[in-house]
Amino acid sequence: MNTIPLLQINNISVVYSDVIQVLKGVSLTVERGTIVSLLGSNGAGKTTTLKAISGLLKPENGRVTDGTIMFDSKTVQNSAPEDITRMGIIQVLEGRQPFKYLTIEENLRVGTATRWGKPYKRDMDMIYEYFPPLIKRRKSLAGYCSGGELQMLVIGRALLAHPKLLLLDEPSLGLAPLVVKEIFRIIRRINEEQGTTIILVEQNAAMALQIAHYGYVMENGKIVMEGKAEELRENPDVREFYLGMAASGTTKSYRNVKSYKRRKRWL
Amino acid sequence: MRKLQFHPCGNYSETYEKEITLFETDFGRAAVLIGLIVLFAVVPFITGPYALYVVNIIGITSIAAIGLNILVGFTGQISLGHGAFVGVGAYAGAIMATTLSLPFWIAVPAAGLVTALVGMVFGVPSLRLKGLYLTIATLAGQFIIEYILVHWEGLTRGTMGIVLPSASLFGIVIEGDRSFFFVIFTALIIMTLAAANIMRTRYGRAFIAIRDNDRAAEGMGIPIFRYKLLAFAVSSFYAGFAGALLAYYMISISTEPFNLGLSVEYLAMIIIGGMGSIAGSIFGATFITVLNEVLRWLTDFLMNSGMLEGMQLNMAPLRELVFGAAIVLFILFEPRGLAEVWRIVRSSFRLWPFSY
Amino acid sequence: MEFFVQLLVNGISIGFLYGLAAMGFVMIFKSSSVLNFAHGELLAAGAFIFLTLVTWAKIPVFVAFLVTLAGSFLLGFIVERLFLRPLIGEPLIYVIMLTVGLASIFKGLMLLVWGGNLYIYPDFLPSTISLQWGNINIPPVYVVAIIIGLFFLTLFGLFFKYSSQGIYMRSVADNQTASLSLGVNVRRVFALSWAIAALVAGMSGIVLGIINGINVHDLSSVGLKVFPVVILGGLDSIGGAILGGLIIGLLETFTGGYLSPSLRDVIPYIALVFILMVKPYGLFGLVEIERV
Repeated sequence: MNTIPLLQINNISVVYSDVIQVLKGVSLTVERGTIVSLLGSNGAGKTTTLKAISGLLKPENGRVTDGTIMFDSKTVQNSAPEDITRMGIIQVLEGRQPFKYLTIEENLRVGTATRWGKPYKRDMDMIYEYFPPLIKRRKSLAGYCSGGELQMLVIGRALLAHPKLLLLDEPSLGLAPLVVKEIFRIIRRINEEQGTTIILVEQNAAMALQIAHYGYVMENGKIVMEGKAEELRENPDVREFYLGMAASGTTKSYRNVKSYKRRKRWL
Repeated sequence: MRKLQFHPCGNYSETYEKEITLFETDFGRAAVLIGLIVLFAVVPFITGPYALYVVNIIGITSIAAIGLNILVGFTGQISLGHGAFVGVGAYAGAIMATTLSLPFWIAVPAAGLVTALVGMVFGVPSLRLKGLYLTIATLAGQFIIEYILVHWEGLTRGTMGIVLPSASLFGIVIEGDRSFFFVIFTALIIMTLAAANIMRTRYGRAFIAIRDNDRAAEGMGIPIFRYKLLAFAVSSFYAGFAGALLAYYMISISTEPFNLGLSVEYLAMIIIGGMGSIAGSIFGATFITVLNEVLRWLTDFLMNSGMLEGMQLNMAPLRELVFGAAIVLFILFEPRGLAEVWRIVRSSFRLWPFSY
Repeated sequence: MEFFVQLLVNGISIGFLYGLAAMGFVMIFKSSSVLNFAHGELLAAGAFIFLTLVTWAKIPVFVAFLVTLAGSFLLGFIVERLFLRPLIGEPLIYVIMLTVGLASIFKGLMLLVWGGNLYIYPDFLPSTISLQWGNINIPPVYVVAIIIGLFFLTLFGLFFKYSSQGIYMRSVADNQTASLSLGVNVRRVFALSWAIAALVAGMSGIVLGIINGINVHDLSSVGLKVFPVVILGGLDSIGGAILGGLIIGLLETFTGGYLSPSLRDVIPYIALVFILMVKPYGLFGLVEIERV
């Protein structure tokens, strides 16, 4: 078994349109077969990090200006998305972007683009096994499916590409709590059964830390904290800022002052 | 007297009035003034009849191009029927001058108004259509108008064409290139100022908002259909006005020139000149008109010099080729057109010798 | 009655050709949302390449046909590569105007090489494939037009519905970023759709050339007639393109036959405006699914 980490991001900076710097020296390591969760508030640079990995910065006029991204000990920063996806990195975009005018089944077939011409029937059955609700809707247009079905669809679509590294961008966005739970359970299952390495970007930190092995917290384009998922869950800062649990309910005002200071120290 | 204003380095506007002012500096104002004086006092007296004819055509074309730029460059509604609208204006002017025997100064603006109405009719599809579909609707408009101009013989005399009486303004008969020069360029200046000012009002801002994001514009409370229609009306008014001027200037008109090729030519003008720039429309009109004349001259020259004896080289293929190449090259290399080139040249002079 | 049936047959075969021409157009639109104003010129290019090969180079007809198709395919590929690829992501009007400019360039080039004259192909279709019912005669070229139309309609229908590459092409039309994220080679899809479109256009150019003779102006104006056809059928429906072509073809021949020949050329556009008012997305066009 290969012991070097699957993905190593070393001090990367990302600049959009040559002027807007979004990432300022982000480093992270993803071990094989783990779920790594990337937390942080809006605009912290989580999505940009994912796009830097998957090569989707280019259409948005962004570029990795500094640092390296090593995938399987090959550098991949600023490569074309076609090449990166063929190496086995597949990103599931934020906000569920199905092909609205294709049926569910056709949507899934697009997932085979990286290995065009190879058989895919068995994989298809596997996807339906993971996401049973999709079977009933096989022939209907994706544009008319519900949010939960679509989220399953886009994850399933990505799985058909046989990814070594799956980048999930906010799979819980805008879904009902029960559906979120279901989706996270399936993500965990995929990780365990397929051995797929997953980077999970989430707002829903409580959920994410439950299934993740390791976590990073981002703020303003930097990584400000990292640790094992259970450690992060117990960390008072994370508890307060991301899990929304006050450490103690009684001394609120005093707490506020203190947490403000704590927050300042990070930045 | 207030202090003379020069160009600051950077945007230091403190009020909205400053932000939307036509002339940022007194220098610019003076330059335009001097330019106009030169234009009126010198140009008509030093140019020969042919050159003056070209200049006049540039003037008329510029008016129509400004109109198209209001619709396409500012409002974002791509129209392939502008050539036909110019034709409508020409015919409306001609019919008013002959059948209704209206005087010149009424016939030309009235032709503009008639064209504006026609333009609104073809703008109605914009109620339901967006983008590409609207473009195709205007293409249909082009063909239908062309058909009507040729086949409504009772009104337009079909392929025979119409001969106009000579124009007169304030009792003075306008004849010949030089007197037309003054009429055309006075009209052009008025129309340019009007366009520039429309763009500074709420109407202009609404147009730009619709261009940039029509759904957001609607969300902001801009009744987009009404404004789109208005843009069509204004744009066609300019086209009709220019058409009527052209009819008077050319004395006789026929349906031939107002075909799809002309519409494409107008679109090329605003692309080459610069979309969303009024000065750009004039640059573009100048560029295309001069290009046409140069090509005509070049083919004549090649034909007469005997260099290409035996080859059936005529005007059409060369014109098509160069014309297409100009469009393609501009789109690939300077999509913002001559207006942008002009801006770069100007600012490099302004910043010299300390650029950056 | 005979006149009626004859018009019907003519209309259907012309309609199939319009449909074929429109099919290429729809293909480009489907994959890259580009309105191709140079489509008529691609058509004419096919017709002229074939003409040159058959009359000047004297290559056997069938070989010439295949070579023309290959040439058209290549032409479409090159056009996409050189002119459209740099414009990916630019506003619509630039892309539209670019195709307008390209149309102009092609037309100029073809006029330079072949001039504005009317050419005809040597007669090569065997008369045995003409059909005869009583007094109604269907000339061979119309039979060929119908056969080719049906064949390619089925071919492309199957291609887009079932083949992986076809589905990738549709996915790019649908959501470019998402297909990029899944590893669809978007640039190849664009190039392929232009190449296929040019191929189909070239083929309809040849058949139209057999029917009406070959003339730069006539053939390139067919490119504009594609617009009513695709609007009628819906800008993004291959089947709709064929049906739209049939309707426009019939409309034209019947207007020409019963009303007036001069109205013939403008009736498609009148129909176009009417359709746009009543059913903006055509008969088979996709209603935009907007989720805000």
